[in-house]
Amino acid sequence: MSAVSGLPAVSARRRRTDRVMRGLLGAATCLALVPLILIIYYLLHKGLGEWTSGGFFTTDPNGNFFGNPGGIRSAILGTLEIVGLASVISIPIGIGVALYLTEYGRDSRFANVIRYFVDVMTGVPSIMFGLFIYIVLVISHTGGSGFAGWKGSIALSLLMLPIVIRSAEVVLLLVPSSLREAALALGAPRWQVIRRVVLPTATPGLVTGSLLAIARGMGETAPLLFTVSLVFGLTGNLNAQMNTLPIQIFNDITSPRNAVVNRAWGAGLTLVALVLIFNLIARAVARRSRMA
Amino acid sequence: MAASATTVPGDRSLVERSPGRRLPDQVLRWGLTSLATLILIIIGYFFVRLIGQSGTAISHSGLSFVFGNDWDPAHNVFHGAALIVGTLITSAIAMIIGVPVAVATAVFIVESCPRRLRGPVSILVDLLAAVPSVVYGLWGVFVLAPKLLPAEKWFASTFSFIPWLGGGTPVLYNYFIAGLILAIMILPIVSAISREVIATVPQENKEAALALGATRWEMIRMAVLPYSRPGIVGGAMLGMGRALGETIAVVLLIGNAPTIGNHIFAQGYSLAAVIANEFNEAANTPLWASSLFYAGLVLFILTLLVNIVARYFISRGSRGTRGTGATGMTIASGPAGGQG
Repeated sequence: MSAVSGLPAVSARRRRTDRVMRGLLGAATCLALVPLILIIYYLLHKGLGEWTSGGFFTTDPNGNFFGNPGGIRSAILGTLEIVGLASVISIPIGIGVALYLTEYGRDSRFANVIRYFVDVMTGVPSIMFGLFIYIVLVISHTGGSGFAGWKGSIALSLLMLPIVIRSAEVVLLLVPSSLREAALALGAPRWQVIRRVVLPTATPGLVTGSLLAIARGMGETAPLLFTVSLVFGLTGNLNAQMNTLPIQIFNDITSPRNAVVNRAWGAGLTLVALVLIFNLIARAVARRSRMA
Repeated sequence: MAASATTVPGDRSLVERSPGRRLPDQVLRWGLTSLATLILIIIGYFFVRLIGQSGTAISHSGLSFVFGNDWDPAHNVFHGAALIVGTLITSAIAMIIGVPVAVATAVFIVESCPRRLRGPVSILVDLLAAVPSVVYGLWGVFVLAPKLLPAEKWFASTFSFIPWLGGGTPVLYNYFIAGLILAIMILPIVSAISREVIATVPQENKEAALALGATRWEMIRMAVLPYSRPGIVGGAMLGMGRALGETIAVVLLIGNAPTIGNHIFAQGYSLAAVIANEFNEAANTPLWASSLFYAGLVLFILTLLVNIVARYFISRGSRGTRGTGATGMTIASGPAGGQG
């Protein structure tokens, strides 16, 4: 900015424009953070009180019209069960597809078609995965029940799959090909190269991507709305309707009762906390692997 | 094939593996390939089933589902123009508000932010993506909508001469509130992709601009933005895809009235919202249920088109470097976190 002697100085008008425009950029960034701050403020303000009220984490919601509406125990456990099963389905398949893309398909036409459709899948709205499972598994009463926890898991796993694939592919590509070539040169078959060299090298990155996918699946409401529906009581039976945090919040929002609405804030804080925990672990893993 | 003298029984060279030992390799190879094929089969199967389930409604309503404006399940009339218009209006509002802010945020973080603030600020923007949509809905219903209603009323009466914006009477849940929440929700993904694209602008281009005497802002305007425009457009389209299909926050905030409002503070409906809101009731009325699937089909095609266009722009924008983007959160911490 300072003029080298001999050059004319930048005119005051241009300097003013520069300052104003860069000020606006900063202001826009602050503006973008306002909703985040407000949401966190309101969640803490209205939710923390619920957390500390007796039995919030140890009782199930009840449908009573008066008195204590109950806590969110069944919702937390239901979310963990359904997301857990979804992870068990989507993470191995996702890493498998990513392995195909990096180790076998590479730049072949078929691999690029898969890549394209995986990208398209990331853009499919989450309600579509719910609708899909609703059409294929819920209406047909597959497994003897209409709405069921495991169907929610499948809907979530479809949603998590492209996230796992894309992040895993990026990480697998980072494994130096000199490592693969060294192993192949020593006579190791392809599957051993993958198992002994590629996967161990990429593990921290794979963990990060998987955790981010879990965090994403955990907060989704629409896929569960169409597949799991809602029941208040605690159930470990994945072949029945279950309670989950997002659906419970969605249901509580529309309630005319203040106590129930407050429970929604408490549950919202819980859900955000769960999602953040997974995000933070993912970041921590990513950071450690970068240093290594 | 192999160089010969050293063969073992079975006509293969000494360095070739026996068929038995080659088997696991074949199994793994074809196993992984079939997993990848599974993705295509699932997408194709879904499309076929969705069309199949919409069949009744397609033959009943035909194209007037898209152009007719009368959604009346009680009388078996399913003309969903109001739903489509609502989806488009809320997404447009989200783009108008969200994209400029998101791009400004990205430019600020990459080009104008003090170095040590860069990481924290980008993490904070990414955090917006970690808030579940139902929590956005919760906050929208109990904080945003009631707090903004007076401002909307003031705006509508002060600027009553502007068509679409002013003149009407704002209601609590309306297009604008739904669009505003969507703007906040698409902000992190648009910002993350823009950030990634802006970080790929060659240092030489920027230095050349500065060397010619450009101020920082002139460098951003003349070197950074033109170079990254296709990628930014792609990111914005991807955000639009999100906005079109967002369900929970919209169903809570759009008012759920199957009419086309005549100003942005009127209540409306969207494709995703109508499906989420009515599918339980409709379950026992085949035509109604089928019409909701038809709405799903229209939404699916709409988001697919938007996504395909977005992908085109992004791949054009990032040329050699394949973007990791798409999930918003995979980009761990700004430009440094990419693919090295």
